[in-house]
Amino acid sequence: MAGYYHEEDLPRFGEMGKNAPELWEKFEAWYGAVFAEGALTEREKNLIALAVAHAVQCPYCIDAYTQACLEKGSNLDQMSEAVHVASAIRGGASLVHGLQMRNVSEKLSM
Amino acid sequence: MATPSGSLRSREHPLASTIEQLHVLNNSVSRHKPFDEALAASGLHPLTATGIAIFQINVGKLCNQTCKHCHVDAGPDRKEVMTRETMELCLKALEQTDTPTVDITGGAPELNPNFRWLVGEVKKLDRHVIDRCNLSILLLPSQRGLAEFLAENRVEIIASLPYFLAEKTDAQRGEGVFDKSIEALKELNSLGYGQEGSGLELNLVYNPTGAFLPPPQHSVEADFKRELWKRHGIAFNSLYTITNMPISRFLEFLLRTNNYDRYMQRLIDAYNPGAAAGVMCRDTLSVGWDGTLYDCDFNQMLDLPVSFGAPGHVRDFAAGKLGQRRILTGRHCYGCTAGAGSSCAGATA
Repeated sequence: MAGYYHEEDLPRFGEMGKNAPELWEKFEAWYGAVFAEGALTEREKNLIALAVAHAVQCPYCIDAYTQACLEKGSNLDQMSEAVHVASAIRGGASLVHGLQMRNVSEKLSM
Repeated sequence: MATPSGSLRSREHPLASTIEQLHVLNNSVSRHKPFDEALAASGLHPLTATGIAIFQINVGKLCNQTCKHCHVDAGPDRKEVMTRETMELCLKALEQTDTPTVDITGGAPELNPNFRWLVGEVKKLDRHVIDRCNLSILLLPSQRGLAEFLAENRVEIIASLPYFLAEKTDAQRGEGVFDKSIEALKELNSLGYGQEGSGLELNLVYNPTGAFLPPPQHSVEADFKRELWKRHGIAFNSLYTITNMPISRFLEFLLRTNNYDRYMQRLIDAYNPGAAAGVMCRDTLSVGWDGTLYDCDFNQMLDLPVSFGAPGHVRDFAAGKLGQRRILTGRHCYGCTAGAGSSCAGATA
């Protein structure tokens, strides 16, 4: 096996329903409902998905939601800002743990 | 890496041949199921016309631009233009019908030396005229007075503007085209086009600037209205979203960038029976520069004339037979049935 991630696997996502069809159907129905227009527009939801895709570093999700964002009318400026939001939260999440480091250091130090 | 420019014809590219384009489309990988199978599953096979509400005349392939997605492979090097004699045959055909709308396209239709004469003659028949305008044409010195002529004749303008930002527009339509388009739109606005109550319709066309489907028409129209007004003080009536067809220069782009299979699958997965029922070919007749008749402008560019016994040339026009003709389809037709659908007047579903 050349690698773990393959672009051609993305359209095969539905095969995950083969051995647990009821769970898959529930996932599909819920997933569809999540992304339907509601208090947030479909465009906003897809930008959130793009940002989260970067936070969880899922190449399949980045591929799918880059296309989805373009097809909902977002442009590269908006999509780049969404990725920065994800990155800022990831960076901030690391940095805020510095307080734990400081707490431990204080406890251990005279 | 520089992207190729110029028409496929001028580059002597193999895809300049419609036989080669059809070979690619017809020999798609097996999971790209034939369009007729999708139609049959929707109860729409065989697809038939419901009349002729729009008489679309393609007056030639000559254009001052060479947009990267052009389904006509139009450009400054193309010499195919409709003669006045063929236009006269179109007018004779129109006289036999009560078809309300004449849609004039190209190329840049205004570059046909008989464009203004044709508009005048169609107006004498009291038909609504649409000019599919690339905007930059209005700035050419040779086209002086064109915008005023269109306004005086109450011609509806449908103008291409793929995005409200220069970068994306120029990437598709050529360096500097966005600025020219904005200048032309301001001129049209000053003549009353796109202004409420003027009756001068100015509609814009959004094409995706890549291998993806257009956004929902209503949402991107709102973006365009807000941004064009805020940035440039430009007003217009409606925005039409049109899906890029996997033919001609856009097909070359898809193959060159290794996007062809994925794009075709996207179109097929997004097949919408509602859009299929409302495809434009059902109430449109398309006339080529040499008078050959087609079901649509896309079939025209693939050299696929009307078939199944319908008269093949405008000199043999027969409203009854053509208005009920069976339509010739192929895999490229998925471009008109994906998502919210696509036609020369935007989304169909």
